[in-house]
Amino acid sequence: MSPALSRRDVLRGTGALILAFSVPHRSSALTETGASATPLRGLPGSLDSTPRLNAWIRIEADGNATIFTGKAELGQGIKTALLQIAAEELKLPLPRITLITADTARTPNEGYTAASHSVQDSGTAIRNAAAQVREILIGEAARLAGRSTDGLKAWDGVVAGPDGLSLGYGELVSAQLLNVDAQPTSILTDPKNFTVMDRPVARVDIPPKLTGGAAYVQDMRLPGMVHGRIVRPPSYGARLIDLDAAPVEAMPGVLKVVRDGAFIGVVAEKQWTAIQAMRRLAASARWNESAALPDEAQLPEALMALPAKDTTILEVGTPDAASYDVDALFSRPYLSHGSIGPSCAIAHMDGDDLTVWTHTQGVYPLRDALATLCAMPRDKVRCIHVEGAGCYGQNGADDVGADAALLARALPGRPVRVQWMREQEHAWEPFGPGMAAHVRASLGPDGSISAWQHDVWSQSHMMRPGPPGTLLAARDIANPFPPAPPVDLPMPEGGGDRNAVPLYVLPNARAVNHFLPQMPLRGSSMRSLGGYLNVFAIESTMDDLARLSGQDPVAFRLRHLRDERASAVITLAAERFGWNGRPTLSAGSGYGFAFARYKNLEAYCAIALELAIDQDTGRTVVQRAIAAVDTGQVVNPDGVRNQIEGGIVQATSWTLFEGVRFDRQRITSVDWASYPILRFAHVPRRVEVHLVERPGLPFLGAGEAAQGPMGAAIANAIRDITGTRLRALPLDAAKVRAASKVRPASMGSPLPPRSPS
Amino acid sequence: MTTLILNGEERQVTSEPDTPLLYVLRDELELNGAKFGCGLGQCGACTVLVDGEPVFSCVTPVLLMNGRDIRTVEGLGTVAAPGPLQAAFIEEQAAQCGYCIAGMLLRAQALLVRVPDPQDDDILAALEPQLCRCGTHMRIIRAVKRAARTLSRAAEAVR
Ligand code: FES
Ligand code: FES
Repeated sequence: MSPALSRRDVLRGTGALILAFSVPHRSSALTETGASATPLRGLPGSLDSTPRLNAWIRIEADGNATIFTGKAELGQGIKTALLQIAAEELKLPLPRITLITADTARTPNEGYTAASHSVQDSGTAIRNAAAQVREILIGEAARLAGRSTDGLKAWDGVVAGPDGLSLGYGELVSAQLLNVDAQPTSILTDPKNFTVMDRPVARVDIPPKLTGGAAYVQDMRLPGMVHGRIVRPPSYGARLIDLDAAPVEAMPGVLKVVRDGAFIGVVAEKQWTAIQAMRRLAASARWNESAALPDEAQLPEALMALPAKDTTILEVGTPDAASYDVDALFSRPYLSHGSIGPSCAIAHMDGDDLTVWTHTQGVYPLRDALATLCAMPRDKVRCIHVEGAGCYGQNGADDVGADAALLARALPGRPVRVQWMREQEHAWEPFGPGMAAHVRASLGPDGSISAWQHDVWSQSHMMRPGPPGTLLAARDIANPFPPAPPVDLPMPEGGGDRNAVPLYVLPNARAVNHFLPQMPLRGSSMRSLGGYLNVFAIESTMDDLARLSGQDPVAFRLRHLRDERASAVITLAAERFGWNGRPTLSAGSGYGFAFARYKNLEAYCAIALELAIDQDTGRTVVQRAIAAVDTGQVVNPDGVRNQIEGGIVQATSWTLFEGVRFDRQRITSVDWASYPILRFAHVPRRVEVHLVERPGLPFLGAGEAAQGPMGAAIANAIRDITGTRLRALPLDAAKVRAASKVRPASMGSPLPPRSPS
Repeated sequence: MTTLILNGEERQVTSEPDTPLLYVLRDELELNGAKFGCGLGQCGACTVLVDGEPVFSCVTPVLLMNGRDIRTVEGLGTVAAPGPLQAAFIEEQAAQCGYCIAGMLLRAQALLVRVPDPQDDDILAALEPQLCRCGTHMRIIRAVKRAARTLSRAAEAVR
């Protein structure tokens, strides 16, 4: 295929559609949000794919507005941020605006709510659309009054002029007024005149969540609704040999047992009946298991031995050196998203129409997958986003949507609610992939980095629907859909290689992505993708190089940076922490520092922390973590703080506690006892988030900025205290205790001493 | 038939006696506050107060609840008139997804009755059975302290 025939041409219909599928894996057409990476029309944000203004904004006759976004609330506060943006540019009070989120029958298609892109994509679209709508309303007021727009101003839902002209938005709007395409440029409000944006507006979704309101898909009760449960196989790919459904079908309150190949479901009038029926079915099922999982104890080695597709993502100067000062293998286990609420969906087959209420991150891609799975026309399937528990990437949301759809199809007319059990969520969700990263680096005579090499191994971080084969049920039915092809997300955002290219200025450097088409465990997108391990590896190495050459870790980072915004967050975090002149702590306590710019494209984040280890138990507690963040123009400062604080605490949990457990056949971490996460006893004792103000600069995603730096800062503090560099995540109590026992703290470096000459 | 005193009101329920209280609250009484998280007594999403003590409703059969006083988050206040703890959580914006918060509120309520002026360590210890995956912990701790301050000011005013 000639590169001259772009995806743009294909989408415009100038290229044969079939050619679109022959684009190689790392084509720019694939992104984590499912949006085209190539602009179609040159319009801001998601206006580029949905240019019609009234697809985004409608003004009602009473002058109130309705805003439509294809993005979904995932607990990140996106509803409030988008309302703030719309209120600011429409010049309409926030309480007069209603927001409709992801719904295939009502909202634009904005792909997946992922990759910290929502404010950038949807916020930018809504901001520009709202500004253009405001100007159209001003123009309409001028036209009605038979005068020019000079001196007309929109404020508080009214267009007013000096001569006493005052027309409410409701009086100005007519059916076709906003049925026009957006223009490439808008008259945006100057940040210094903001009255709603850049303010800590209270989140609109919080009060009902605290008072027992119906806030989640789990809380929906539709008339006639019944309860479904699924019996999942004991291991990947297991085939059903035998099932005794008759006694379960005879249970009072059981409506139906659905069996299609290895897909088993049961529907009952009551939820508790469905759970008991599910357990009885599970006990009667006999399976033929064939899964061959890697040796958990040798996971990095197993991953590195798999066939790989290699891509050199960075090559400058002469990165090969005769010997390296740091030559180290870093690894992370598979990680569970660990939503507190197991995945849930409600499906309703009403005549020819299937409606699914779901907490998926992508209503349109799920709609397409379900239509194929159920052999229905797309326009007969509607997916409506309703919030679930926080997901942090692709949990079981899409799978349970398919489960519910299949059960609803078997029981037409009754809405079927399916919620996974805890052990199903833990065993079957698509994990954040296990990974390995090998870093080699050398110092030059002047103490700067003279050579750098980074190799990273990972399976796909992007196995979301579209293809029906991404859904568990579609793989289990008697006529299964083929497994979905593994997607290697391309640079610059990357997948497993996200953040594998250091932001530091390195004259001689190479980075290679070893993409693993095989998937030893089921995996997909989890917050920060490969960025967490790559930043962990890079920032651990930076720390070791600084120590080896006797340089301060903060100064060492600054001397390798040319990006002033990066230097600014590092300097701010160090200042607020009191890094220079920090006191020497007693044995068992120490300091760590780390930095990254998420994806090298989104928010900048630096974290300085103090950590204490109980050397007898290995128990590790962050005493204080001070973060500095630059997210460009801020929409809601408290929202950004909430996201960064959350990222710091969640990454503390990943780093100290977490790893999916498995034997050679089955996942064995199936609850919170076998997959422990951070509890209150281990919360950081103090967290501060300082924002660098960047009025007027583009929005940068903040939701995934803290995870990499936090993991690395913890590792660097453990190194500071114990003298031992821990490289295999998690840095759990057993490893920290062993590290503490290697040598007493306060002795020199464990690496061979070497003067930087 | 089981009789519950639910948020101060007597309620008769007909669910089978072995049904966990959680499903009675959610499905028969149609309350949203108590959440299903694990069904195993490991996460606290389902926490309610029974005679003032925090209990995992997911592992508590309703037959044990006859005549007992049950308080859910709906009994702490409403959107229009949030109780002191709810108001403090709103002030501190102490939620991300919020799925864990109802359980947190009830466990915190029990703490504040027992210890009106809790220190950080009291709060950490009291909330240990409750999981939050979003990492909202720092705000939850701040919110509990804020509620304690509000309540002690209110108590002083009465005195
Ligand atoms: S749902 Fe009851 S403790 Fe988890
Ligand atoms: S706020 Fe999401 S689990 Fe606690």
